[in-house]
Amino acid sequence: MAETLKALIAAGRKIGHPTAWPRAVVDAKAWAVAIDELVAGSWTMLGLWGEKNAVHLALNAAGQLGILSFDCSRGLYPSVGLHHPPAIRFERAIHDLFGLTATGLQDPRPWLDHGKWGVSRPLGTKPAAAAPEPYRFLPSEGDNLHQIPVGPVHAGIIEPGHFRFTASGEMVVRLEERLGYTHKGIEGLMAGADLERASKLAGRTSGDSTVAYQFAFARAVEVALGADVPERAKWLRALMAELERLANHFGDIGAICNDAAFALMNAHTGMLREQVLRAADTAFGHRLMRDRIVPGGLAVDLDQAGGAAIEALIGEARRRFPPLVHLYDNTASLQDRTVSTGRLSAALAAQYGAGGYVGRASGRAFDARKSLGYAPYDALKFDVPVRQEGDVDARVWIRIREVEQSLSLIEQILERLPVGAVRTELPVPSAETEGAALVEGFRGDILVWLRIGADGRVIRCHLRDPSWFQWPLLEPVIEGNIVADFPLCNKSFNCSYSGHDL
Amino acid sequence: MSVRELIDGLVHRPVTEKRPGRDDPALAELAEALNRAARKRLGRSLSIRAVDAGSCNGCELELIALNNAFYDLERFGIRFVASPRHADVLIVTGPVTKNMREALEFTYNATPDPKWVVAVGDCARDGGLFAGSYAVTGGVSDVVPVDLHVGGCPPRPIEIMAGLLALLERAQ
Repeated sequence: MAETLKALIAAGRKIGHPTAWPRAVVDAKAWAVAIDELVAGSWTMLGLWGEKNAVHLALNAAGQLGILSFDCSRGLYPSVGLHHPPAIRFERAIHDLFGLTATGLQDPRPWLDHGKWGVSRPLGTKPAAAAPEPYRFLPSEGDNLHQIPVGPVHAGIIEPGHFRFTASGEMVVRLEERLGYTHKGIEGLMAGADLERASKLAGRTSGDSTVAYQFAFARAVEVALGADVPERAKWLRALMAELERLANHFGDIGAICNDAAFALMNAHTGMLREQVLRAADTAFGHRLMRDRIVPGGLAVDLDQAGGAAIEALIGEARRRFPPLVHLYDNTASLQDRTVSTGRLSAALAAQYGAGGYVGRASGRAFDARKSLGYAPYDALKFDVPVRQEGDVDARVWIRIREVEQSLSLIEQILERLPVGAVRTELPVPSAETEGAALVEGFRGDILVWLRIGADGRVIRCHLRDPSWFQWPLLEPVIEGNIVADFPLCNKSFNCSYSGHDL
Repeated sequence: MSVRELIDGLVHRPVTEKRPGRDDPALAELAEALNRAARKRLGRSLSIRAVDAGSCNGCELELIALNNAFYDLERFGIRFVASPRHADVLIVTGPVTKNMREALEFTYNATPDPKWVVAVGDCARDGGLFAGSYAVTGGVSDVVPVDLHVGGCPPRPIEIMAGLLALLERAQ
């Protein structure tokens, strides 16, 4: 499998520069081979994005990563989504942003473009005046069906998006999502940005994953420039990433239980989350640790007081978390809501390459920290919890087990933290150069791919949120469940709106 | 509920009993002032509807934190409500994206008078880092009248609380 991808890249027009992510421009035949491998399930799609005159398909072929590019100077490329449904929304988004058409795509409706930008194909070769058209939801026909439109403004402190439910009595027979409300044009703003501004934009793609995004962005830049950052910076990046994972998992575990009217858990985990943020603030000077990771290393170092704050936090969490796990495990009324609710089949999780707790609760063991083993995770001991049930309960348990792993990882990092500098001067590129990185955020793997010009500015940067492979799966997951269980299913996925909408 | 948990509850001090904010003098002082102001102006209730007009979700995380046991905003009768029709205050976050502009206007129009708008976060002031994008309208005040702005990326919960206090002192 890995050999096939290597061969395709070797046979294509290779983009010549050393990278862990080989890329080649390929012809329609090689493109079709890749689609076949995706359909057969032997490869996983990591991303699909556009440029003015090309589309790029990032692939994982049994651990061999690579990018195939298709020349679109005529504005067309063969649809991947026609055969491999996970690509459909990407292709709709590529059309909205670049005006490139996937030939054969069965669903040509716009995705991110709601007809409000005043321009269509804003990043393409020929931006045009906006041509708003009414959005048609997919039809649901049958006796006694009714529709419930929800959003974009939701009834909580959450991000905006639209859900169109078709229900038969209490039972949901179809959910259709409509996203794109928080589209800020981040990839447009990236073009021409210097690395400092670009890193800030990356860190504001999805606020809950600001560390993971800036981690991925920095690594992609460092790959492109052939820079190596000091060991201490690598370890502290992982420390921040694990703190971010802890904070989000604590928040999610409570919020899921809260949606089953079990507010007690939310009260407890909400405090744990707050304590993580306070420790992060003490250690790194920002509660969400935003703008702490920069290309070349870190903007701040960890001092003794910061280390002590994190140690105290770990002690507190080790003391207070186990009784909460016991509480979850022994509250029948809560489990009545979570067990067997919102099942995601292992087949769908694998087909979509769903990352994070969504994939791992449905038998997909991929975790970029383990599967790719980037530093410093290759030197740390941890397990990747996997379950097979695929229900809300399994997604809660994955988070619980990951909290335990993160606590252990943080202890190991503090114990073995290398000394030395935390930042290195980045070399100036002599010519155009490219890089990519895959980093495991709390929600799943985040892909960043970029091209930097000889002036050191970003020419093109693509940021792929894990939610792209999770949002579509929420639709089948809710089918056959009651409407009242939607918040529970949705929260157990906790997909990012902003990260997806960009 | 098992007997063991019952006994645990009797023997152990409840985690939520001790208000951790108390050892933070700034928070305690603010809590006191907010309490007085809230009572004087609004009896014991101020209802907030949060609208994400396109934020990265960072500000939402800190708004949610206002409900945790450390800040416990409901102590002051200030609470988040599900409908703009129940709200006195709209807290709006994010640069207003063009795709969210109409929804923000609808939400504002659905909120009964008298009403106040608090723009939270650096993006809400003028679009922040996203200003100038083809997909962004700009700050919140480009779409609806803003009474108060709380800056920060994101602002800390304590700063949002201070902002609400400032609003209460100004509200007639």
